[in-house]
Amino acid sequence: MSIKIALAGNPNSGKTTLFNALTGSNQFVGNWPGVTVEKKEGKIKGHSSKNDEVVLVDLPGIYSLSPYTLEEVVSRNFLLDERPDAIINIIDGSNLERNLYLTTQLVELGIPVVVAVNMMDIVRKSGDKLDTNKLSKELGCEVTEISALKGEGIDKLIEEAIRAAKSGKRMVAQHSFDGSVEHALAHIEEAVLHDMPEYKQRFLAIKLFERDDKVIERLNLDSHILSHIEEDINNCENELDDDSESIITSERYTYIASIIGNCYTKRNKGKLTVTDKIDKVVTNRWLALPIFAIVMVIVYYISVTTVGTWATDWANDGLFGDGWHLFGIGSSDYDDAVDKYAEDEIFLPEIESTVRGANEAGITGADELLAAIKDKDFGAFEEAYGSYGEELAVKENGFFDLTSMLPLDEDGEFTDMPDPADYGVWVPGIPVLVENGLTAINCADWLQGLILEGIVGGVGAVLGFVPQMLVLFIFLAFLEACGYMARIAFIMDRIFRKFGLSGKSFIPMLIGSGCGVPGVMASRTIENERDRRMTIMTTTFIPCGAKLPIIALIAAALFDGTWWVAPSAYFLGIAAIIISGIMLKKTKIFAGDPAPFVMELPAYHLPTVGNILRSMWERGWSFIKRAGTIILLSSIIIWAGSCFGVVDGVFTFSADMQLEDSILGTIGNAICWIFSPLGFGNIKATIATIMGLVAKEEVVGVFGVLDFEGMTRLAGYAFLAFNLLCAPCFAAIGAIRREMNSPKWTAFAIAYQCVFAYAVSLMIYQIGSVFAGSLNIIGLIFAIAVAVFIIYMLFKPYKAADKLTIKTKVKA
Amino acid sequence: MQTLKDAVIGQTVKVKRLHGEGAVKRRIMDMGITKGVEVHIRKVAPLGDPVEITVRGYELSIRKADAEMIEVE
Repeated sequence: MSIKIALAGNPNSGKTTLFNALTGSNQFVGNWPGVTVEKKEGKIKGHSSKNDEVVLVDLPGIYSLSPYTLEEVVSRNFLLDERPDAIINIIDGSNLERNLYLTTQLVELGIPVVVAVNMMDIVRKSGDKLDTNKLSKELGCEVTEISALKGEGIDKLIEEAIRAAKSGKRMVAQHSFDGSVEHALAHIEEAVLHDMPEYKQRFLAIKLFERDDKVIERLNLDSHILSHIEEDINNCENELDDDSESIITSERYTYIASIIGNCYTKRNKGKLTVTDKIDKVVTNRWLALPIFAIVMVIVYYISVTTVGTWATDWANDGLFGDGWHLFGIGSSDYDDAVDKYAEDEIFLPEIESTVRGANEAGITGADELLAAIKDKDFGAFEEAYGSYGEELAVKENGFFDLTSMLPLDEDGEFTDMPDPADYGVWVPGIPVLVENGLTAINCADWLQGLILEGIVGGVGAVLGFVPQMLVLFIFLAFLEACGYMARIAFIMDRIFRKFGLSGKSFIPMLIGSGCGVPGVMASRTIENERDRRMTIMTTTFIPCGAKLPIIALIAAALFDGTWWVAPSAYFLGIAAIIISGIMLKKTKIFAGDPAPFVMELPAYHLPTVGNILRSMWERGWSFIKRAGTIILLSSIIIWAGSCFGVVDGVFTFSADMQLEDSILGTIGNAICWIFSPLGFGNIKATIATIMGLVAKEEVVGVFGVLDFEGMTRLAGYAFLAFNLLCAPCFAAIGAIRREMNSPKWTAFAIAYQCVFAYAVSLMIYQIGSVFAGSLNIIGLIFAIAVAVFIIYMLFKPYKAADKLTIKTKVKA
Repeated sequence: MQTLKDAVIGQTVKVKRLHGEGAVKRRIMDMGITKGVEVHIRKVAPLGDPVEITVRGYELSIRKADAEMIEVE
């Protein structure tokens, strides 16, 4: 016989730790049907043979079974529809009163309940005493003490839960409400519920008394019965001078207060706990913001700047690149060899003087080349030459052509470079190994291209983000588990809630300035679904690391490297978030949970290494699994689009296909009129934008400095704005898909970003054209219409929802 | 009418009545702020909102706009 047990409890009660302790590695993580709430299931350790399984279902962390939040409705529906054989209700022993509030609701369901009092070690340490026998008698169910963190009392809990499940005994709630409430409840049971099994009656009667719309809908009652019970409810409400829902809530707390005195003795009243002491500093009026800033700097510094960059570089340039030096053995020798090579072959007086001449002639990019030569930085020189070399070679610029002076082969690569494999312990990257293998078996060109560029490249694009992400996830797991994340929401709430975001949205956006992929994944810490979706949709507006080359290119090519271009890009990103937040929160689809922001600030505690690593791995793996497919597929499609094409009237494959001839080029040509109103309706800019979907830095690869000839500054800036704000790269789209957990919402997010980017670019170009003296009446009319619409949405009054509008699946 | 919003830091007040209705009111009550309970105002967030309070032995953060619905004495 298989047994199903539900695990229910408040957030921060140690539920996840207990779930991990009970199930070990036997977990399945999924989602509740139709919603983005995570559903975890696992088989209980040591109690599952083939025909005798004990399955544990982890319900979302909830405070109540009200009809107002998604998590609560999901939990309710599960308990009512699936009717698990038993419920384990974990409660925080150091916070009994509020935790027992949920218990009073669970015991009404008629399902056997076992209460597990967690954190008993902390309770005992503080000198407080809890008499579990008395509590058990009062509640009418088994009560056991556990410490989920230390694994104490777990075996006993499992035994009790299985015994309760097997007994099949219907739980009867021990508590009763005020006389007039009971009177009304009895009436309701008699009028509506008398033909139902007795164990179901109590819960439904209370819900009907509370006028719970989800239960009324479920029971499908006709109107004259409803008006009949309405009379009973009204009488009771008049007598107790409150609405029925509040009466029940009050009654529950009154009941808890009445039993708790008998079971719980508090020793040190008024003494400051450790949490109080920490909070005195951490959420202090003056220190809170500086401390927050320091924590954020540390998170950013380690997960983006230092360790994160090393991890990403290793994954992209090493594992999925040419290769790497094992443990760095040979790296410094190799670097010395490169320095010597540059000294001997590149940084020669004649080259320096040519570059200096180009710089004095004011040629774009020459200053960067010169700086690289001065710093003797070969990497910077190579990069700058790649971007601006052509510009120098153009005849009109005079004679600053470096091509003949530099040791280049016919592909424009530097020749006789030192080979890293000759130094230390060199491990070749996966593409190198695969290429060697494929060449050895004489694989066809196109197939080799597909495998190398399409598949290996695509897998690399997925996995390349993972190491950095794992580093970030360790921080997130720690901040969440120790309790600081709730303080972040507390500190930042005032700013972010205006834009329909949560205080916790700060972290995704901060990380998003490094890379949008982990940024989007970081939104998982936001509980509220609406806030989370809004964060996912807007995080990629922040210019990420890969967008910086686009900004630098435009600034250099069109604005002579003016200082304000880069800051304006960040300003644009932040403004896009604010405007989108204010506009979107007023739309119907973002009505979401009506629940107000009433948030618990949990006690601080040190999480275990095991739990942090588990959380890190769970998130990392779900990115690989759920975002991986979309990234891989789209990489292959783009690869095919750029390598197949029509050359001289023949459809061919070529690894070095000119982009204009490829399928992508054809598509770009066909759709480039779309961008005419934005000022950059040419093929190259269109292809660059499409390639930006692979990775934003690709835009620069397609669209060099020379392509800006004849482009106005305005058009260039409109191009920049569009590429900064439109759909992010496929990896980020994959992350959005993962976090939205719905194709519909993913499509909406991407569509919104593109439309918004288009609107912004249109306004920049058309309204800007008026000042540039080249106005286009029709374009201007559209641009002004868009501007008026946005302003209207910004100032339209906001009305909060009062009902949970998200549909959850209800079983008949 | 004095509400929780008007209470000053360090003060302990008793909840007299909850105004408003539906989701917001239910949520506040679910968290333990019911008639007759004592609420201690601990601090205000650095930016002036929300407020941190102690109720039924634990810490809760509540926005001033919502605190306005809680009548106290």
